[in-house]
Amino acid sequence: MSTVVLLVDDEVPFVETMTKRLTKRELTVLAAHSGEEGLEKLKENKKVDVVILDVKMPGMDGIEALREMKKARPLAEVIMLTGHATVETAIEGMKLGAFDYLMKPCDLDQLMAKVREAVAKKSEHERKIIEAQAMNIALRRGD
Amino acid sequence: MDDAQYYRQLRRNIVLVVIAVSITPMLLIGAITGYEFHISYYAKVLAHLQELVEKHNQNLDGFLNERQVNIRFLGRAFGYEQLADESRLEALLQMLQEEHHGVFVDLGLVDEKGIQVAYAGPFKLAQADYADAEWFREAMKSPSYISGVFLGLRGLPHFIVTVKIQEDDKTWILRSTIDFVAFNTLVENFQLGETGLAYIVNSKGEFQTRPRQDPVLIRETYEAFLEDRPLEEETFTIAEGHSERIQKVWKQDTGADRVAIIEKRSLAGRRYLCVMTSLKGGEWILVYQQEARDAFSELYYNRNIAILIMVLGSVAVVFAAIVLSRRMVFFIAQADREKEMMNEQVIEAGKLASVGELAAGIAHEINNPVAIMVEEAGWVEDLLEEEDLKGAENLEELQRALKQIRTQGARCKEITHKLLSFARRTDPRVQTVSINELVQEVVGLSEQKARFGNVKISLSLSERLLPVKAAPSEIQQVLMNLINNAIDAIDKKGGEVEVTTRGDGDLVVIDVADDGQGIPKSNLQRIFDPFFTTKPVGKGTGLGLSICYGIVKKMGGEITVNSAVDVGTTFHVYIPAADGEEAEDRA
Repeated sequence: MSTVVLLVDDEVPFVETMTKRLTKRELTVLAAHSGEEGLEKLKENKKVDVVILDVKMPGMDGIEALREMKKARPLAEVIMLTGHATVETAIEGMKLGAFDYLMKPCDLDQLMAKVREAVAKKSEHERKIIEAQAMNIALRRGD
Repeated sequence: MDDAQYYRQLRRNIVLVVIAVSITPMLLIGAITGYEFHISYYAKVLAHLQELVEKHNQNLDGFLNERQVNIRFLGRAFGYEQLADESRLEALLQMLQEEHHGVFVDLGLVDEKGIQVAYAGPFKLAQADYADAEWFREAMKSPSYISGVFLGLRGLPHFIVTVKIQEDDKTWILRSTIDFVAFNTLVENFQLGETGLAYIVNSKGEFQTRPRQDPVLIRETYEAFLEDRPLEEETFTIAEGHSERIQKVWKQDTGADRVAIIEKRSLAGRRYLCVMTSLKGGEWILVYQQEARDAFSELYYNRNIAILIMVLGSVAVVFAAIVLSRRMVFFIAQADREKEMMNEQVIEAGKLASVGELAAGIAHEINNPVAIMVEEAGWVEDLLEEEDLKGAENLEELQRALKQIRTQGARCKEITHKLLSFARRTDPRVQTVSINELVQEVVGLSEQKARFGNVKISLSLSERLLPVKAAPSEIQQVLMNLINNAIDAIDKKGGEVEVTTRGDGDLVVIDVADDGQGIPKSNLQRIFDPFFTTKPVGKGTGLGLSICYGIVKKMGGEITVNSAVDVGTTFHVYIPAADGEEAEDRA
């Protein structure tokens, strides 16, 4: 089961090339070109593991999108991409629950490493949830 | 040059205003008080003159009356018989002369027919016949009479005092001659100032005394005065081309106590004051004249002094105004220059700020395209791996080129990152920090780089260093920049970087010294300019020191540098210590 990544950025060429490269590395990539589109795709596709989200976009910007996404799919990790080297936005994002942030132009290997970490974390979370649910059921038997 | 002209005009305006404001009141005061003083002084002088003349007039009148009284007494005390006795007459004359200091010249008894029946005196006038004499006729008309001055039988100017006695059926006259010289002297002695003189004329303008100088008034004036006709300002043409003029009638009282004060311009053009009073019951006029210049000499003297003072004062005012305006304009020009400099500084700062914002905007925009480029290059790299191009000639070259694209992309990122740091307003996360700790931190971070460049970093940190209120990240940035620059300045041979901290009054001082290549004098001025760098392409952005400068300045500190080529460079950073706190103690 390959990792599903949702790529959200308003720069179309960037998204296209990134998609190609990530696909070559055996990731399944979904693309969106705006915050709203990304949110929609996230809601539609329940299998998204990681969202790679550009901070500055017209319309719904990255921070807002992040907020909504975390509401919609809390377990999906979000990696923020920023072209602006503004530490403030990154910190704000992380406070809102982003997994990490990277600055554009980003090194693909670095990005891949982060994606893997995010997926690992998500898997861990999911596993714990399943465990807890199992425990719950098990303990509910009450004997 | 507009400026020079502007300042010249400003100077001129100041001078004019100061002069106008200073001189106008002075002139006004001078004019007004001068005028008032002038008027009142004039009035006083004239009043004074009038009084004096009237007093003199009284004296003269008194003198004449007394003579009359003397003679009348004689006439009544001694009868005709006794007076006809010449020896008796002589004795009486003698007594008179003794009593009155020779004023009486002679005594004579004249009968009603005009024959002098008895005579005592120096002249041979016994039995003289005065029947046709005018004085005899007049004397017979009134009880007592004083004649005008006339030559008479003796051929000398004199005047007589007579008294008419009616005894039983006889009428006779006792007469006496008054010493003209004595009388003249009496009048002449009245002198005020240098040009004042007095004389007596009768109603016909005939002189009764001898004036010392030529009098100014003319007969028409005397006549008019005695007849109480109003005197007017009029011009009298004396002869062809010569005219005199009554300039002004200051005063004219009519009646028994008539007095007139007039101002007349003489033939020679001089102004005279003339005072006239009437004597002898209106038959004579006592005239006093004085040159106006003389009478008002004090007034003119004071006026001249006042004018002199005003002139000197005005000159002083003008002089002071010019000097003052010069100095003021000098200072104004200086202030203007400073203001311009400040304006330029403000503009510079503004420019810098907008450059900063521009830079920030550009940085934002650049990162996106650069990211795309780098991605594309990476993609091509990925594709190259897939294709079976092992045999391709240009494979290595393609890979190298693509790597280069990525390197440059990373470099772009570095640059924009630093640019944005420069443009960004530093966050005010100010704390109380210990400089020594921060120095040690940063030096620790740089140790790797130092070792690699064969550079030894030594520390010399003062123990009692005052704490500083600053954002630690900013201090770190400054230290990082300076230390890295120092390390970079040292070439492969190696060298030493020395970091010192010390206190200097209110300031905390950090010195970063290296023994590297030094900075040439021509560059020293520019090292803090943004984008100025001497490092080879790719090694430096030229923003480090300008960022340091901005940070230090913002904290209220100072950053300076000494350097000598091939000897080394030392940077000094002065930071104001936090107020009111004591020096930290190092354990």
